[in-house]
Amino acid sequence: MSTAVLTINKGLSGGLNLRQKTILLISFMSLLLLTIVICSLFINERSLSTDFDSKNLAPSLKHPFGTDWMGRDMFIRTIEGLGLSIMIGAFASLISTLISVILGLFSSVGKIADSFVSWLVDLFLSIPHLLLIILISIGFGGGATGVIIGVALTHWPSLTRVVRAEIKQLKTQEYVHISRNFGKSRWWIATKHILPHLIPKFILGTILMFPHAILHEASITFLGFGLSPHEPAIGIILSESMKYLSAGYWWLAFFPGLSLLIVILAFDMIGENLGKLMNPKKAHD
Amino acid sequence: MYLKGENISFGYKKNNFILKNVNICLGSGEVLGLIGDSGSGKSTLCKILAGYEKNYTGTVSIDGKKIPDGVYNPVQLIFQHPEKAVNPKWKMKDILNESYVVPQKILDSFGIKKNWLNRWPNELSGGELQRFALARALSPKTKFLIADEITTMVDAITQVQIWDSILDMVDELNIGVLVVSHDKKLINKLCHDIVYMSDLINI
Repeated sequence: MSTAVLTINKGLSGGLNLRQKTILLISFMSLLLLTIVICSLFINERSLSTDFDSKNLAPSLKHPFGTDWMGRDMFIRTIEGLGLSIMIGAFASLISTLISVILGLFSSVGKIADSFVSWLVDLFLSIPHLLLIILISIGFGGGATGVIIGVALTHWPSLTRVVRAEIKQLKTQEYVHISRNFGKSRWWIATKHILPHLIPKFILGTILMFPHAILHEASITFLGFGLSPHEPAIGIILSESMKYLSAGYWWLAFFPGLSLLIVILAFDMIGENLGKLMNPKKAHD
Repeated sequence: MYLKGENISFGYKKNNFILKNVNICLGSGEVLGLIGDSGSGKSTLCKILAGYEKNYTGTVSIDGKKIPDGVYNPVQLIFQHPEKAVNPKWKMKDILNESYVVPQKILDSFGIKKNWLNRWPNELSGGELQRFALARALSPKTKFLIADEITTMVDAITQVQIWDSILDMVDELNIGVLVVSHDKKLINKLCHDIVYMSDLINI
């Protein structure tokens, strides 16, 4: 078994070493995601228009993902939906990272600030995640803005925890004490000694937050709390197709669902492999 | 110039003192040996003298004046594990010049090679890293050096090389050195005077 896998690996990637393979995988996945986003930007309204001559068609060469009950091409709708999801995910994880950076740095100011931040993190983690997103998005008036704000405001606690713990650990390092003994200011130590350790964590945290943000956006849209029904979001496509599943139109749910899964996996793979590149020691964790 | 620790008491827990009323005095240009068993509080005393540990009672002073906070500390502590004393994300040349621009003379005296400067800390051995840690601590503003088992992890030859260069530099810069070690033979060889941790604590 293992020799078979080995030969396949060798056959696929030729003489590349592990580092080159990892870089290749990351660039391939990034290209895939980038293609989806760019394609979704260039899709015009006409290709999404209804065409009752070709409704409920099974997947074929002309319509690889089939068509829905209004004759819209599901492939184009899926791409459009995924593009929208990725952009919402990008925005939400950037905001979340920003919040965790600010809170993480704030926690290192003093004891009271630290317990306040831990309390806030515990508070947010103790409320069911989906419930919190629904509450916040309704509070902000629902729709696209509600979803974006809801997703952005709920993904920071775990990264904040990581950042806080990292800063706490770094502050006890001998080289930080030595630097203080050299008469360096707190600001100097924070930017020169501590920040270089945190930046990889931020980058990785943002990328690994992506799949969570996308899935949560899709799930609350699926539940009907999110984007408005005329928006081709992936959650809406899935919830609509549920109605037609019993009629035997399996492709309406299958292909968009599979595409969502692939996008999530792509983000996860990029994150994991980028982590391996940045910190080879932890490759086997 | 004298570095004085007077009536120093310290405990990591309340009412459980590791050091009680310890007095120690180190003069400029003096090389003083400090011998003690494991856990007798040698390293703790070093940390107190170098200002790393603040929650002690008693006074640490240079010529009767308290050592100021937030500026370059004239008492520099060298640790046992040099790999922990350098930031793994910094290149060696940044580590070396963190406190001041180390002159070529000191680099030569410690045998620090030019091509080491562009490496990362994990690409150097413990002995090599310790030379960097020493070189960057020997700035003109340093008056006292506390060496907390700094050559415990290197072989005998490297030990001789490192101590030779330290004693040369210290003589030239008129720095007082506190040599902490388990190794009585080493201390006998290096130091003008020896104090025992057990004596310090019983006073």
